[in-house]
Amino acid sequence: MTVVVVDYGAGNTRSVRAALTHLGRDSVVSADPRLIADAPYVILPGVGSARSAMTHLEETGAATALRERFAADQPILGICLGMQLALQASEEDNGVKGLGLLEGIVVRLDAPRIPRLGWAVVEPWGDAFYFAHSFVAESPDAVATSEGLVAAVQRGSFLGVQFHPEKSDAAGLDFLESCLSLA
Amino acid sequence: MPLARLIPCLDVAAGRVVKGVSFVNLRDVGDPVELAQFYSAGGADELVFLDITATPEGASTMVHVVERVADVLEIPFTVGGGIRSVEDASRIIEAGADRVSLNSAALADPELITEIARRFGSQAVVVAIDAGNDVVYTHGGRQATDIATVPWAVEAATRGAGEILLTSIARDGQRTGFDLVLTEAVRDAVDIPVIASGGAGCAQHVADALRVTDAALVASIVHENPAGLPGLRREIEALGIELRPLKERT
Repeated sequence: MTVVVVDYGAGNTRSVRAALTHLGRDSVVSADPRLIADAPYVILPGVGSARSAMTHLEETGAATALRERFAADQPILGICLGMQLALQASEEDNGVKGLGLLEGIVVRLDAPRIPRLGWAVVEPWGDAFYFAHSFVAESPDAVATSEGLVAAVQRGSFLGVQFHPEKSDAAGLDFLESCLSLA
Repeated sequence: MPLARLIPCLDVAAGRVVKGVSFVNLRDVGDPVELAQFYSAGGADELVFLDITATPEGASTMVHVVERVADVLEIPFTVGGGIRSVEDASRIIEAGADRVSLNSAALADPELITEIARRFGSQAVVVAIDAGNDVVYTHGGRQATDIATVPWAVEAATRGAGEILLTSIARDGQRTGFDLVLTEAVRDAVDIPVIASGGAGCAQHVADALRVTDAALVASIVHENPAGLPGLRREIEALGIELRPLKERT
């Protein structure tokens, strides 16, 4: 099975693909709506800024493909910004409309130091994962937290995580493996 | 706050690790990829790679090193040395680095911090400050500027840096402990994370630094005994610092 890592024209998708390779999964980076529709599993990674990412997703047709995939109950994993984009809107870049797959919004972090960088335990899962973010979700679809902040959201076939499983060592690989096992 | 971070730093020249890594069980002690994997397995929370070649040929060699590291490493890593433009930063980040570290180039053109942060986010930009006698130094700590350390850290943060890597030149390589006064002064002046660097000689030094700030960089203390990293972590934890719980693959 080939995992589609959604391309939105910015930054680093290499690490996500490397983690998938480590788990013995083939992957391709693409914004092709047909590939996104047909893939057994789709990952919306976390790179770049909210506005440029959403613009790219809408222009390529990837946004529509993601909404249709969600409506058809096919699995999608959103990572960091990829999770935030699935909500209704973000405060980032003076306000950006999201994909609206889940309820909730993205707001600027209220933390002692921003960006919030480093490893933190995610409850109720118990493992420590790596976070690097300046914005955070506020959502009724939250399913896990870290230091009181939303660490994961889920609705239907969409699971979104604020942390970077591809950068979270053994805990991250185990997490990705359990996600992929659903496909 | 997230858990305290212990960050080994590897100096790389022409694609090879330099500065006395002593260990016999690695096939190739000079291979940054192999050493990175070894430190990752030993519980490093992140890694920093500093390219000390700083030549055009060195830059393309470094991109290749970054790609090889990104393909095998599942912890975050920062790459510094020779990054002078948004294009340089893009190449390193697209090769798989999580963050780039700017030093002299940020001093020469502070707007570079903003441009890279705008493109890749603040979390992708580290500003490295080599500090001595309250002023910032360049050229690997050999040349003093008239720029005061704390105001420069504040400016870097204001311009969009996501982290400060603060090295005390006087303590670097001395193994007498971190400059906690300097670290505290910068920590108190900025609202971004600060990595303390320079002076780690034992677990107590690292623990002392991690009581003051978010993360500690270590070099010679781990390079002279890479297999000792798990033990160093346990000692630091025994001194009351909470590090991330390590996990075996299930």
